Amino acid sequence: MSSLSELYQNVILEHNRSPRNFRPMPDADQDAEGHNPLCGDQVVVWVRMNGDVIEDVSFQGSGCAISRASASLMTSAVKGKTREEMASLFDRFHRLVTGALPPGEAETLGKLAVFSGVSEFPIRVKCASLSWHTLKAALEKGGRVDAGTAGPSGPDRPSA
Amino acid sequence: MAATATPGLDIGQLRKDFPILSQRVRGKPLVYLDNAATSQKPRSVIDAVGRFYAAENANIHRGVHVLSERATVAYEAARERVARFLNAASPGEIIFTRGTTEGINLVAQSWGRGTLHPGDEILVTVMEHHSNLVPWQLLAGQTGATVRAVPITDAGELDLDAFDRLLGDRTRLLAVAHVSNALGTINPVQALVARARERGVVTLVDGAQSAPHMPVDVQAIGCDFFAFSGHKAFGPTGVGVLYGRGALLERMPPWQGGGDMIETVTLEGSTFAPPPARFEAGTPMIAEVIGLGAALDYIGSLGFEPIMAWEHDLLAYATEQVGGLAGIRLIGTAREKASVLSFVVEGVHPHDVGAVLDDEGVAIRAGHHCAQPVMRRLGLPATVRASLAFYNTREEIDALVRGLHRVRTLFA
Repeated sequence: MSSLSELYQNVILEHNRSPRNFRPMPDADQDAEGHNPLCGDQVVVWVRMNGDVIEDVSFQGSGCAISRASASLMTSAVKGKTREEMASLFDRFHRLVTGALPPGEAETLGKLAVFSGVSEFPIRVKCASLSWHTLKAALEKGGRVDAGTAGPSGPDRPSA
Repeated sequence: MAATATPGLDIGQLRKDFPILSQRVRGKPLVYLDNAATSQKPRSVIDAVGRFYAAENANIHRGVHVLSERATVAYEAARERVARFLNAASPGEIIFTRGTTEGINLVAQSWGRGTLHPGDEILVTVMEHHSNLVPWQLLAGQTGATVRAVPITDAGELDLDAFDRLLGDRTRLLAVAHVSNALGTINPVQALVARARERGVVTLVDGAQSAPHMPVDVQAIGCDFFAFSGHKAFGPTGVGVLYGRGALLERMPPWQGGGDMIETVTLEGSTFAPPPARFEAGTPMIAEVIGLGAALDYIGSLGFEPIMAWEHDLLAYATEQVGGLAGIRLIGTAREKASVLSFVVEGVHPHDVGAVLDDEGVAIRAGHHCAQPVMRRLGLPATVRASLAFYNTREEIDALVRGLHRVRTLFA
């Protein structure tokens, strides 16, 4: 498979066409807005908690296929997870897209493993992780947080 | 390779002057259509920079030794070359900068800070690159002046009626792009500058996208300042030019202080050299300036007349071929355009288009092109931009079109 078809796997193309949980959430507990000034991508993530568990999560926004599919698959993956489980998932996902995750561990990511091709395109790491940074910001701070200026850590930090 | 449709330019032959163009990327021949971001360099420019370091390197304007003398002569010869390129009245009106951005910041800080007052207005346009907008916003913050912007039509042309309304008694400066980097629109700068000057308004033309593609005559345009970048004009990175009308430069204070820009320095104070040295503090980018001179020689050897004819032909072909594809919308359809083809593929984000084209060896720019206000005006987060140079061919446009077919298939 060429690196391009590794990047745009069918699951990603399908989630880009029909993103899951692509809706506002009027009764959300927390939300955050993520922004990538470099390419103008923008995403809002809403979360409703039940104690420590993410009961519901949704998103809306505009961006490339990678960022949209990543947000879509993220919402499916983190629903029902605790904050700690989400943080662990994000950590592994981040290492996956930056090429730092051992192949054995990639299997623990389930469907999210389709983003392994991103590691061949360093410039697209931001696209894949924008929604995750935004969800993290929503869980940590609540309110409206601009992931672009709040300074999410890591080499994929959106830059001006 | 390419047709020699235009008498005077043998594209297949002149492509051999650009070593980078013969390579393959991702297994395909490189198709470089990102010339508005930066242009490729002919061998003569690369050699001029290499030769300077190999045989002539020394600091300028100070040494008594042979190398310093040679370096100084070469550096000042490049200034004269630039003066001819822009038809400036004197080489003393040519200031070397790091690029267009630095030239505009120089004008904003040196001319603007002491000149503008609360209530004064700086007139720009909606289609400016951030480099011809943000320096004026900073200046406005420092002086209490305000920045106003001439709107554009849906086709990407300036609204000239609005220009006449906005050019008012409080306008002190007009800063306008010669050619829009995002849309390719050629603005009627000569007419705009004439109207501004009738009112005593100082004028700056951002020539980053025009100087590589058309002859520029600063005296015919009538502007007070004209800035362009070497690297977009087939020269090295890190060097640019600010033309300033001599009488204005004389009155402007230094911008940066340091060596080479002074007359006399005591611990109590300093007096400053006349222009252009006054605005070139510190050791400049000597090799790059010499490389820029070589780039202008190269352009001169081709001649702008055949360059413009060929680029016009290519743009018309690209507009027809790309514009004719289903699901593609051209952005920026001004009557007068140069070298830029901006477009969107319906339902596909420009970054995804860029990734697929890259896999085909086709280099384009996807994004807001450092021109967010014009993107917002057109209701787009980003576009795909193919930007041409004289070394591009019809076959390369065909490669772009093949890539766009693949985009449509992949994201169908």
